[in-house]
Amino acid sequence: MFYREAGQFKTSYKADQALMPILQDRVGLLVILAIAFVVIPVFANDFFLTSIMIPFLVFSLAAIGLNVLTGFCGQLSLGTGAFMGVGAYTAYKLTTIFPDANVIVMVLLSGVFSAAIGAIFGLPSLRIKGLYLAVTTLAAQFFLEWCFIRIGWLYNYNASGAIEIPHREAFGLVVSGAEATPIVRYFIVLCITAGIAFLMANVLRGRIGRSWMMIRDMDIAAELMGIRPLQTKLLAFAVSSYICGVAGAMMVFFWLNAAEPSSYSIALSFQILFMVILGGLGSLGGAFMGAAFIWILPVFLKFIPGTIGIDLAAETVEHVTFMIVGALIIFFLIVEPHGFARLWQIAKQKLRVWPFPY
Amino acid sequence: MLYDIFIDPFVQMYDMPDFFLQVLWEGFVAGILYALIALGFVLIFKASGVFNFAQGIMVVFAGLTLVGLNENGVPAYLALALTIGAMGILAYGVERVVMRPLVNQPDIILLMATIGLTYFLIGFGEFVFGGEPKQMITEELGLPTGSTAIEFGERGLVILQHIDIAAAVIAVLMVAALGIFFNKTRIGRALRAVADDHQAALSVGISLNQIWAIVWFAAGLVALATGIMWGARSDVSFALEIVAFKALPVLILGGFTSIPGAIVGGLIIGFGEKIGELYWGGLVGGGIESWLAYIIALIFLLFRPQGLFGERIIERV
Repeated sequence: MFYREAGQFKTSYKADQALMPILQDRVGLLVILAIAFVVIPVFANDFFLTSIMIPFLVFSLAAIGLNVLTGFCGQLSLGTGAFMGVGAYTAYKLTTIFPDANVIVMVLLSGVFSAAIGAIFGLPSLRIKGLYLAVTTLAAQFFLEWCFIRIGWLYNYNASGAIEIPHREAFGLVVSGAEATPIVRYFIVLCITAGIAFLMANVLRGRIGRSWMMIRDMDIAAELMGIRPLQTKLLAFAVSSYICGVAGAMMVFFWLNAAEPSSYSIALSFQILFMVILGGLGSLGGAFMGAAFIWILPVFLKFIPGTIGIDLAAETVEHVTFMIVGALIIFFLIVEPHGFARLWQIAKQKLRVWPFPY
Repeated sequence: MLYDIFIDPFVQMYDMPDFFLQVLWEGFVAGILYALIALGFVLIFKASGVFNFAQGIMVVFAGLTLVGLNENGVPAYLALALTIGAMGILAYGVERVVMRPLVNQPDIILLMATIGLTYFLIGFGEFVFGGEPKQMITEELGLPTGSTAIEFGERGLVILQHIDIAAAVIAVLMVAALGIFFNKTRIGRALRAVADDHQAALSVGISLNQIWAIVWFAAGLVALATGIMWGARSDVSFALEIVAFKALPVLILGGFTSIPGAIVGGLIIGFGEKIGELYWGGLVGGGIESWLAYIIALIFLLFRPQGLFGERIIERV
């Protein structure tokens, strides 16, 4: 009833191939975009922007990156954190080498390096599959993390061993460094994330995306039908690492302002993997929902005891948060192994046939 | 540069044989401990096809429970018994709450569930026993401490920590016990049947749920032994979790389903890591222990994707 396609006739090929053929989807997306671009900037305070919205968008982008690889191409990766780190360190080096260049361009460019490194570590994927492949991506994780610590050139030999983002301007606004206002950062992060998400939505339903899904569903059959597995898998690794690299660069440039090697540790890889799996493997919307759940829930959990008047030590809260997150992950996997994206699909189906049960 | 890589390390090994032997011994002990962790993985993977990511945290959790109970005034051996009980409860709980509802889900979902379990155990362990590192109660458990120095040739000494020797002996006993358990007992045979084919095992009246609880308990016991040994060498803390990641290349080398594979893989990684770090690590600034094991495993995988003792991967169209 609410979600009825009946009566929405497509009279041209263009309409038939549209990204969102159903009116309700288009309206829903426009509402979300309006909230993101207008309502939140107008009403949100700095705390909400810097500690909830910006990280949420950054993580969403990273989750999209991992989803391309794991959800759409079926290659399990535990090295996401390291590829994000590559993006961050490259963007940092680029902006110190070219101080006058537009830093947003540098952030987008840094993904290219990350893509190259991702493709190199994707090479074993032709021979190795599944959990075995996860170990080779772990190799990438630990090796790259070691590089961030040991290679002084990467962090300009400064004493702390961390990278600190300098003051940079773009389009006449301060966009990075301590003086940049949250609202400017938020808009940049939002634009990049929304842009890449839109781009990927189109790539994924085209020839490239379909060949990835063929590899995921049955690689031998795909090969027999003329998909070249090496190129296809490497492309998935490269695209995924590109997106992760950009997300990693945004993480340090527009959110944290400084990053040390441990910021891009295996814990980050797992966090992103959680987002992808809980959100739903192979769904772009799921990446956003997963990121929201994994990032925002702990933030809320931290504030709940204070607001209802229970005074707990910060440590205890953290431990309890760990327990709750772990338990919720198991709970959601049991209730719906296909993630939030599947829940949303079910909800849509219910709305479609309402008021009838089926 | 080429001299540094290809010749100098071997010259060093020849010149200082006592140091080389010491390195080999260290590698051996580390390898044994990696093998023990990998053993826990193998047990669960064999019986249920679940890649148990939580094995590493189970090691920490077992060690922490033991020490924590002892700190609160429980005598050492009673604490040991109680910890074994706790691992049993954990095994039963995991089977009941996590495994049973997730039967027949894809591998990655089960893997994620064990990662969720990892988070839960980290939070729970820290909540109950606190997050700070603890001293393992080596002496109270009657494990040897101290060390023996063996004179070697005219120049050097090789120092053997008694606890390391004990670790090796316990590891050997544990593997022997598991071997007997698997081959000679009724439950062991049931376990192997489940490992071969779930459905066939079910159809001859083997209870999958019971088997799973038993393997998780067995893996818990292995974790406890590992926790005691590893804890005796360093402190018992959540930093040990990183050791679990080391078990992954070990598994790759040995194959996911093979107990001998876990042992051999553990030893290869242990030796390779220590020798690589001490003789070649200096060339690139040290600290290569953190990734060398993975690179060894990665190179190995390119030649033999199923591991040393793994079942051959056959793909049918």
